Amino acid sequence: MDGSISVSGDARQLITDLIIDYAHAIDDDRLESWADFFTDDCSYRIINRENHDKGRVVGIMDCSSKGMLQDRILALREANVFEPHTYRHIVSGTRIVGQDGDVFSVETSFLVVRIMQEGDMAIFCTGKYIDEVAVTGGTARFRSRLVVCDSNRIDTLIVIPI
Amino acid sequence: MATDIKNLVTWPDDGVSRIPIQIYTDPDIYTEEQQRIFRGPIWSFVGMADEIAKPGDYQTTYIGDTPVIVLRDLEGDVQVIVNRCAHRGNLVCIAKEGHTEELTCVYHNWRYDLQGNLKSVAFGKGVGKQGGMPDDFKREDNGMQRLKCEVYAGLVFATFSEEVAPLTEWLGAEMVENIDRVVGRGMVLLGTYSQYMPNNWKLYMENVRDSYHASILHMFQATFRINRLSMKGGIKLSDGGWHHISYSIAETDKEESEYDSKKLRAVKDGYTLADPSLVKGWREFDCGTTLAIQSTYPNFVVQQISNSLALRLCLPKGPEECELLWWVFGTPEDTEEQREIRIKQSNMIGPGGVISMEDGVVGGWIQRGTKRDQDKSTIVQMGGRDIAPSAEGRATEVSIRGFWQGYRDCMGV
Repeated sequence: MDGSISVSGDARQLITDLIIDYAHAIDDDRLESWADFFTDDCSYRIINRENHDKGRVVGIMDCSSKGMLQDRILALREANVFEPHTYRHIVSGTRIVGQDGDVFSVETSFLVVRIMQEGDMAIFCTGKYIDEVAVTGGTARFRSRLVVCDSNRIDTLIVIPI
Repeated sequence: MATDIKNLVTWPDDGVSRIPIQIYTDPDIYTEEQQRIFRGPIWSFVGMADEIAKPGDYQTTYIGDTPVIVLRDLEGDVQVIVNRCAHRGNLVCIAKEGHTEELTCVYHNWRYDLQGNLKSVAFGKGVGKQGGMPDDFKREDNGMQRLKCEVYAGLVFATFSEEVAPLTEWLGAEMVENIDRVVGRGMVLLGTYSQYMPNNWKLYMENVRDSYHASILHMFQATFRINRLSMKGGIKLSDGGWHHISYSIAETDKEESEYDSKKLRAVKDGYTLADPSLVKGWREFDCGTTLAIQSTYPNFVVQQISNSLALRLCLPKGPEECELLWWVFGTPEDTEEQREIRIKQSNMIGPGGVISMEDGVVGGWIQRGTKRDQDKSTIVQMGGRDIAPSAEGRATEVSIRGFWQGYRDCMGV
């Protein structure tokens, strides 16, 4: 059976705190801190489940460095044009499924509601985070975060990270 | 039965340079479009031949809003068949893709071969000599509807029309040349996704053909100093205006004080990318083309943005919604490094594309902005009022006028 592994309470707490703090930072529009949740050498990708299952590589966002994460946010603030909106992340069911030294393989379900400025609310995206979390010196950071969206469809556009 | 289209809409004066807003919302016009355009004298892109590589492979998609099956029959030929059982109209293929030796309707087990011929009808002779189909029911007259199709450079096109010219003739030499250039080396599919938009399909297709907005709406390039309106480039329109290519060619980009002095909103100084590898590319084409957006009438797009290659198909989903399907691809000859570059550049396109995401939203804003002004029209007069071939430069709306020429030709308005 593919399932959770035994992990010390300290590491588990650091990992779940990281995942929850990340969601709050995005929902609170503290996007400039987004890159800080990642290690210096990191990746962040959003891909749909169909592509992921078929082993296809191109998705909706593909940041392979911390600089690219920062550029995404700078573009969002200074360049991209979109209707103001916020997210509410509901994350649940975090499980730790593997460990290699200080790096833990973690999976978490998510649901993101998008709230438009005029008040329209709708489920924007559901899916699963597949993370590699590095735990060192009492801190946890994402070495990689793969966002696998259940649906192939994105409504209108995606500019705020998930 | 045919509706007199002229009773539905009155086209403004000024030819194809003013567009009646009503045609973006009117359900009757939407219905007429399905008949006169999507079942009219056009070739619709329906998929990649490589995606149905083996006999029996199939995919389901749409022409306009008609569901169709694209498959490879047991002889190895590509077929496009309307996804509708001849019996009660049920969808025959439910899955998005799969493999089958025959087409069987789950409702009453009517069975067809992979060319749509009806092979058997469950209980056709009744049960215990009771019931069954009439003696004069002929299977050969009751197959699924098979469409004319052609495969070119791995792209599958189909048509409802008996009159339309063969595909390459319909496209014209200039359009075929660009398809050869971008697609002709073969395609390796890197990813697919869909972008659902709250606007009429034509608003998206106008946006695709609108080279005027590119450096204005899309601030990413200007903010980070990547693209310039003054790059050498231009527009190619097919005879009659139906198909278009908007292109630019690198290494001719010169500083133009005029551009800066206009103080376009898009021009901001002082920003640089922390990781400029996002826009690093290689000179893929000998002709030096760095961007070519091609649309074939009415709703198919072949895209080259630097080394980012993609196909797009804009499917109408009712008068005020549409779905944009994307196929992102590379070529069989790509090196590992080139593949990585294509993946990185995919950040520029699609619903999350730093360059193109705005294309997903402007259509919905127009839809909302015009909701109560159905009697008004929009203006498409940048660069003239006709579809005369453009001089150099992309500050023109001539390609949009070409779209409307095709629209008026098909719709009879």
